[in-house]
Amino acid sequence: MIEIIVFGVVFVVALGSSLAMLFAKNAVHAALFLVATQIALALAFLLEGGQFIAAIQIIVYAGAIMVLFLFVIMLLGVDKKEPLIEPLTGQRPLAIGLGAVLAAEMLWVAWRGIEFAAGGGDAAGRLVDTNQDPGNVLAVARVLFSKYLLPFEATSVMLVVAIVGVMVLARRMGMTTPGEVAAGAGEESDLASPGGGATG
Amino acid sequence: MSGIVDAIGIVVIIGAIKVIVAFVALLVVTLVVVWAERKIIADMQSRVGPNRWGPFGLLQTLADGMKLFFKEDFRPASADRWTYALAPVAAMVPAFLAFAVVPLGDDVTIAGREIDLVVTDINIGVLYFLAMGSLGVYGIVLAGWASGSKFPLLGGVRSTAQMISYEIALGLSLVPVVLAAGSLSMVDIVAQQADTVGNVTFFDGIPVLEQVADLFRYMPNWYIWSQWPAFAIFFISGIAETNRAPFDLPEAETELIAGFHTEYSGIRFAMFFLGEYIHVVVISAVAVTLFFGGWHGPGFDFLPWLWPLVWFMLKTTVFVYLFVWLRATMPRLRYDRLMWLGWKRLIPAALVWIMVTAVVNTPGISRNIRLAVFGALFLGVVTWVFRGDPRMKDIVTPQRRTTRGVA
Repeated sequence: MIEIIVFGVVFVVALGSSLAMLFAKNAVHAALFLVATQIALALAFLLEGGQFIAAIQIIVYAGAIMVLFLFVIMLLGVDKKEPLIEPLTGQRPLAIGLGAVLAAEMLWVAWRGIEFAAGGGDAAGRLVDTNQDPGNVLAVARVLFSKYLLPFEATSVMLVVAIVGVMVLARRMGMTTPGEVAAGAGEESDLASPGGGATG
Repeated sequence: MSGIVDAIGIVVIIGAIKVIVAFVALLVVTLVVVWAERKIIADMQSRVGPNRWGPFGLLQTLADGMKLFFKEDFRPASADRWTYALAPVAAMVPAFLAFAVVPLGDDVTIAGREIDLVVTDINIGVLYFLAMGSLGVYGIVLAGWASGSKFPLLGGVRSTAQMISYEIALGLSLVPVVLAAGSLSMVDIVAQQADTVGNVTFFDGIPVLEQVADLFRYMPNWYIWSQWPAFAIFFISGIAETNRAPFDLPEAETELIAGFHTEYSGIRFAMFFLGEYIHVVVISAVAVTLFFGGWHGPGFDFLPWLWPLVWFMLKTTVFVYLFVWLRATMPRLRYDRLMWLGWKRLIPAALVWIMVTAVVNTPGISRNIRLAVFGALFLGVVTWVFRGDPRMKDIVTPQRRTTRGVA
């Protein structure tokens, strides 16, 4: 009974705030509605017994990525109305087409049920058992650090490469940060030291 | 009555009662903490502090709260209406929520039913605490933006950068504790810290250290003994997360008037205030839970359920006092030094400590490997700690004052 009520509230909030995000005129309001959607989705995960994924959802998406969104919006001051001229033509029909494909796929999965989506058999039952017995933190860790270790590590390497790339692109030559001015421009030698002294 | 109980379920009712009790208790604790902070700081500055209403001025906070409650609800014309109203709530609610996973005491039997003194023991308690901490940023960011004024915006931008930076260090500092305890549940982590450390065999065969290690048989088995670097990182980033001195840059009054809450008054300001103090209490309580044995302490036959609560509150009080003490003692950090400390010292140190804990906690690892790890760590710390410290550089090569005119 309680579960159905919570389920109803969560999904009304999730759906309502994602629609509100689409139609919000103000960039900060849109970001906030997205945060509300993500928190509602985290609650939905909790309702399914997925406590780990719920916590990760809030920490990573609501707590880190959306804060960065807001930070950028505030810093750049893009909370004005956007001009309605599209730099890339043909976006809209493409978006409508891809959206229709996604909607069809989701309807198909919903129609065939969770067993189909999770690879047949009593998948929902197995999910409940896994959440009960080793708990989903252990279950995720076991799969992630054994069967999927290589893809997992490859992803982390990719992320590090992306971060280094961004730093190279963003750090213009001859530009100093306020910290360097104050500290006497000794940053380069210092940047190398945490890794060198730390891991040794 | 029993019809209602059956319809909703006894578990839900117990949960609701726990939530209400925790909420009210936190409100009362805040009243006391605000009063205590004013008294302690007054004492440290040779003043008297609040002494008018109630014994020792104890009811001063209540008077202030009522004053704020009845003040005019003012909103600047340039403020964003809904976000301006949302921000104080967003600052207060996560602080309250984070307290839900902190265990306050042992199981208690009330009316034949076993009740654990924690609002909820979820198996990801530590992650939940971090999740609520990461939501706490919103209140300040939104307040800064929605006020539609320069100083709050500057405070908001500062606080975003600060809290995101220190959140990483905070999260990383908890990983070693989780590694050592083998669980993310706060109740389990407290259970691991029961009893005494016991027989330490690490120093066997070394003349003096062997006898010193014997003393560990009488020491409570707290994680602070083995995880003190993690605790140091946790506490420093915890202070930064609560935006208190010496990390109170988001509301630095000497440069930003009052930072993110410049435009707030009345009950909305009170909510920010409340959120900050609850956050202080929660960080202290989590520090006690993870590193200082939680509610464990000597129990007595007289009122056995009371002692865990007393020990927990005493330990938490010590940390709240430390927060106040730091505020009275430390000057505010400069912004670039704040970032330097967070990114270049705390985060690398936390990462190294995770690796050390992972190696040392591996079952069946030999003593020589452990000694090698500790030796390498010691050398690394000695060569690294003060390198690049801006203060050290200022001492070696004093900056020439080029911007100042002739005095």
